[in-house]
Amino acid sequence: MSWKQAEYSGWGRALRASGELARPERARHLAAVMAASPSPAIGNRRSYGDACLNSGGKAVDLTRLDRILGFDEDTGLLDVEAGVGIGALADIFAPRGWLPPVMPGTGYATVGGCIANDVHGKNHHNDGTFGAHVESFTLVTPNGEETVRADDALFGVSVAGLGQTGAIRSARIAMKRAKGDVMIVTERRIADWDEHLALLDASEATYTVGWVDATARGAGLGRGILEEGETGSGLVPRPKGAKSVPLDAPGFALSPPVVRLFNEAYWRRVPGNGRTVVKPINDFFFPLDKIRDWNRLYGKTGFHQFQCVVPLDAAGALRAIMEKITRAGIASPLAVLKRMGPGRAGLMSFPMEGYTLAVDFPNRGRAAELVRSLVRDTADAGGRIYLAKDSLAEPETVAAMYPERAAWAKAVATIDPDGQFETDLTRRLKLRAP
Amino acid sequence: MSETWIILGATSSMARAFTRAVAARGDGVLLAGRDLDDIAASTADASARGAPLAEAMAFDARDPETFAPIIDRARALDGPVSVAVFVGSMPPQEAIDADPALVDGTITDSYTGPARFLQAIAPLIEERGAGTVVGVGSVAGDRGRIGNYVYGSAKAGFHTYLAGLRNRLGRSGAHVVTVKPGFVDTAMTWGIEGMFLVAHPDKVAADILTAVKRKRNVIYTPFFWLAIMTIIRHIPEPIFKKLSV
Repeated sequence: MSWKQAEYSGWGRALRASGELARPERARHLAAVMAASPSPAIGNRRSYGDACLNSGGKAVDLTRLDRILGFDEDTGLLDVEAGVGIGALADIFAPRGWLPPVMPGTGYATVGGCIANDVHGKNHHNDGTFGAHVESFTLVTPNGEETVRADDALFGVSVAGLGQTGAIRSARIAMKRAKGDVMIVTERRIADWDEHLALLDASEATYTVGWVDATARGAGLGRGILEEGETGSGLVPRPKGAKSVPLDAPGFALSPPVVRLFNEAYWRRVPGNGRTVVKPINDFFFPLDKIRDWNRLYGKTGFHQFQCVVPLDAAGALRAIMEKITRAGIASPLAVLKRMGPGRAGLMSFPMEGYTLAVDFPNRGRAAELVRSLVRDTADAGGRIYLAKDSLAEPETVAAMYPERAAWAKAVATIDPDGQFETDLTRRLKLRAP
Repeated sequence: MSETWIILGATSSMARAFTRAVAARGDGVLLAGRDLDDIAASTADASARGAPLAEAMAFDARDPETFAPIIDRARALDGPVSVAVFVGSMPPQEAIDADPALVDGTITDSYTGPARFLQAIAPLIEERGAGTVVGVGSVAGDRGRIGNYVYGSAKAGFHTYLAGLRNRLGRSGAHVVTVKPGFVDTAMTWGIEGMFLVAHPDKVAADILTAVKRKRNVIYTPFFWLAIMTIIRHIPEPIFKKLSV
């Protein structure tokens, strides 16, 4: 297996790595790579920070192991190789009445990445995380292959395990019934913070998410759009091919005045008394995938995403976090508020019952300083930050947010005693420390 | 009565991409190659993506004994039979310089093996009066270069063979497409220095399928390789022999 020296980064492009990559195309080649030089597995590198980076070391790209290995039309059980994208699965199976059980915000996320980060979607309040729908997976380690089932102790170590227990080669997933391959989406304008939380609390839809205007202050704090979706059948025009961003945008593209104008227009796009629209599945779940390489809009310095979750009773602290963000005035239009249920499938899973807020910031000026202070505020509120998004947190803060970290690190050490699967993320946050 | 594609060299990433493209439009596939474990995964993938028939078949360009069972299987199926050839091997030129015996294997994999298979199946294609042969050659076959002239010469022979086969099969309603890919992002090119304008296998597969539908004779993929190779083909030999392109 040949190795290629490469410069690569996560989706946020603020952190970069230089190291050797292998990209096996067959199961046998993956096993050979893992036996000869055990290295962390990576996928389409849609985590934002350094979860998918191994500077100065090696990493194994699994994107060419992306085949469907079997599907049972009666039970919805799907066997796939881990490099397949969630969006590809939605495209293939939605017309047949099935969807991936949980879909993150991009269809380019791979099944392996969805397990390793135990991702959540717009249905987290109903269905929990991705890991909750995984029946088993095949793990490749230097010692060979191992099938891990949902009731094995290793399951909760590998799910949300950030690749630290080896490469996930394939998985069996319980797909979710869909009424058809379109989404019926109800959009409502939300005037302020209190209404936003109240509507999220009251939503009974299968899929719910709130877009929040992270530049609106004062009486308009927390204004946004509530989107509630259900699958349905119908006919909508086939989505056009994705447009791409051909080059790194200049700094003013997402400057504060531009973002304020954009957000105002985006908010007013939905009529005052709301509307119901029919959309292709991908437009609802992966709206940003319509612009390929949209991360280049942030210019060559990249961006940071801050995503936290706080318990239900810490809603006041989350409001204070939102106020701090709007005062700073440097947020991008990409900001999301959502209510989470308690579902989590791994020791290191992000979700807790409460409210989650995600906001992007161009990586310049005071952004890093602001995000670091938001991380501390989250810790003070008894919440946690999402490691798949993080590039700025500090080890002590994160250790306090993830009470099962030490137990997880101990279990990981039995599989990878020499730290061969460590990534820039696990080193930066000292996640593997005893 | 659906069309069935015999995919020779089914484990390559270009072949996988092309298999998906024809499976999605409802064609059956016989996936032929040496690594049957890997091909089993690809047959499952083709079925899930819409192929009404997907079977694994043993094929080794260097072992003509493996040819007849594939042709017999195709004969037992109704409908047009098409063949897409993705086999070939490209040992580093230095390895061939050190061991000239590697010339034989390179030429068998890239030219004479597939040619012998196509020669054997041509009567069946003629009998059905439809179908397409896709032969994947290479821009390396357009001119002998210091870096890989053994592989290039095998592909040049294959191009000429395909031209003759096109001349023959056209008379019975079948068609032959010669495909000349430039650099494609596959295991073969991973980590090789000096790659540029590298195309994704999905892009190449889409171009091939378009060429099949439009009955194109010879295509370069991505298209700009036509311009690059037109220039390279027209450099006078007295100058070309001194270059290292």
